[in-house]
Amino acid sequence: MQIPNVTEKWSGTVTEVTIGATKEEGGTRQKVVKVGGASCIPFMDFEGSPGHKPVIAMDVLDVPPEDWPPALMEPFKDVISDPALWAKKCVDKYGADLICIKLDGIHPDKGNRGAEEAVKTVRSVLQAVGVPLIIWGCDDTQKDNEVLPKISQATKGERCLLASATQDNYKNIVANCMADGHNLVTQAPVDVNIQKQVNILVTDIGFPLDRIVMFQTTGALGYGMEYAYSIQERERLAALSGDKFLALPVLCNVGYESWRSKEAKSKDEESPGWGLAAERGPLWETITAVTLIQSGVDIIRMYHPKAVAAVKKHIDALYTDGR
Amino acid sequence: MIAVAERINGMFSDVKKAIVDRDPRPVQELARRQSEAGAGFIDLNVGTAASDPVSVMKWLIQVTQEVTSTPPSIDSQKFEVVKAALEVVKGPSLINSCKGQAEELDKYIPLAMEKNASLVCLTIDKQGIPQDIDKRVEIAANIVAKAAEYGLEPTRLFVDPILFPINVDQKQPTLMLEVFRQIRYISDPPPHIIVGLSNLSQGTKQRPLINKAFLSMALAAGMDAAVMDVLDEDLMNTAICTEMILNKQIYSDSFLKAAKRTRD
Repeated sequence: MQIPNVTEKWSGTVTEVTIGATKEEGGTRQKVVKVGGASCIPFMDFEGSPGHKPVIAMDVLDVPPEDWPPALMEPFKDVISDPALWAKKCVDKYGADLICIKLDGIHPDKGNRGAEEAVKTVRSVLQAVGVPLIIWGCDDTQKDNEVLPKISQATKGERCLLASATQDNYKNIVANCMADGHNLVTQAPVDVNIQKQVNILVTDIGFPLDRIVMFQTTGALGYGMEYAYSIQERERLAALSGDKFLALPVLCNVGYESWRSKEAKSKDEESPGWGLAAERGPLWETITAVTLIQSGVDIIRMYHPKAVAAVKKHIDALYTDGR
Repeated sequence: MIAVAERINGMFSDVKKAIVDRDPRPVQELARRQSEAGAGFIDLNVGTAASDPVSVMKWLIQVTQEVTSTPPSIDSQKFEVVKAALEVVKGPSLINSCKGQAEELDKYIPLAMEKNASLVCLTIDKQGIPQDIDKRVEIAANIVAKAAEYGLEPTRLFVDPILFPINVDQKQPTLMLEVFRQIRYISDPPPHIIVGLSNLSQGTKQRPLINKAFLSMALAAGMDAAVMDVLDEDLMNTAICTEMILNKQIYSDSFLKAAKRTRD
C-alpha cells in the first residue's frame, strides 16, 4: 500500500531581517545577525526551510538592577555597574549573539537619566563589543520619544534593532529608524490583531517590512506562557499561509519575564522545598525559552549565562545540519 | 479567493466597438482597472459578433498583456480558439472552459499541462447540465480523477458546477452550496471551485445585492473562485470581509487595506 504524503505545503516565508552593519556596510560591527527566513513550522524541516537559527540576545542594563536576586547577580557582580564590561562579558564569555541594552535608567521613576547619558552608554557598549545591538527604551512613552531619537542618530548606520513601536505610539520611532537605517520592534500586548495592525500602520508611513521584528509581550512559564505561545504560533501559521503583515521574525523577552516569577527568584531559605535558587532560576528561564522556541521565535532576550548555555545547546541540537 | 474579472466581452457594446475598430484603448483601460481592483485573472471573451474569433482573441490577449501582468482567462467554447490563444500568452493563463466528459478532458487537460495553464471544467456531460447534487458531484469527481491521471495539480484545476439565474430556478442556489461542500471532499488538496457569479442575478432588479449575498454564502460553503465584476468595490470588499470572518485572514482594524496591499 502506498503511504500518502501528508506534508503541508506552505505558501509564505518569514521575511529575513539583518541586524548590525559591518565596516563595509557603513557600521562598525564585526558580524551581522540574520534572522527569519523560515518557510515551515519550527523543526518540521521536511516541509520547508527552517530559516535562520534562533539567536540569543543577552540583556545589559544601563543602571545596576535593584531587584535581581543573588543567583542572577552572581555571574555579573564584577561588571554590573559598567554596561560596556557587562556586554563584553556576555559576548566573550557567555557567547551572546546580540546585546540588548535595556535603558531602565532613563525611566522617570528609575533615575530619569537624560538622553546624553543614554547615548554615552550605548556608545560605550558599541565600542566594547562587535556584535549587533538591540536598544530598548524604558517603556515610558514620553521619555522614550525624547531619548530614542538621540540614540538612533548617534548609532546611525549601525543597523541596530530599536524597541519599540506600539499601536498608540509609533510615528516618532519609525521616523528615526527610517532616517538612520535601523530595524524596528513592533509591539502588541499578546494580541495578534493588534500586532498586525501595528505592522500595517508602520508600513503605511513607509517603513519597510524587511526591517521589522515583532514582539508580543512574553508570558513566562507559569505566568501565561501558554497564551503567549498560542498567539505566537498563530502568527507563524498566518505567516506561512501567506499573510505578509505577520510574516516577520519574532522576538521574546524571556530573561525579564522568567526572573520576575517567584519560582525563579525566591531565595533558598524562603522556599526550601523548591531546590537550590542557583539552579532553579536558570532552569525556569531555560524552560520558558525552549518552550517558546517551538512556537516560532527568532530572537530570545535572556539573562542568566547558565540558561543561555542550555538554550544554545538545545538550539544547536535541533538545527543539526547547521542551517 | 481568486476573482476572475468579467467585462472584456464582445457582448458589451463598448468592447464590441473596440474589437471592430481594433482600438486597444477601451480594452486596456478595463484591464488596467480590473488588475488594480484585485483580479486574479482577466476574462477575455470575443462575444458572438466576431467573424474571426481566433484573431480577435489573440488581439485581446496581446493588448491586455501590454498593460498588465495579470494573467488572462481565455473564455471560449472553441478548442481551436483556445489553442491559438495560448500561443500568444506570455506566462500563466486560465482556460475557461471545457466540458466534463472524458473526450473533452482528454483534449484540454494535456493542452493546459503543455501551456502552463489552469483549466476550468464544467460539470456538464453528454446528457447536459445535471439538475441534482449527486450527478454534479459525480462529474466533478470524474474531472478531478482525470486531472490526477494526467498529473494536472489540483491548484490548477477549477471545477465549475454551473450557476443558473435565480429567476430561472430558485431552489438551485441552496443545492449549489451543498455541491461546493461535497466537491471539497473529492481530493486533498481539493480543486478550486468556481462559478459565474453574475449569472445568478441575470435579469433581476437587485444585481449587486444578490451577487454579494450569494458570494458570502458560497465562500463559506467552499467556493473559492468566481468570474465576477471586480470593479464592484462593495463586492470585492464582501469577499475580503467574508474570508476574514471565516478566519482565513487575521483580523486587524485595517483588514480591508491589509488584504488589498497583500495581493499587490
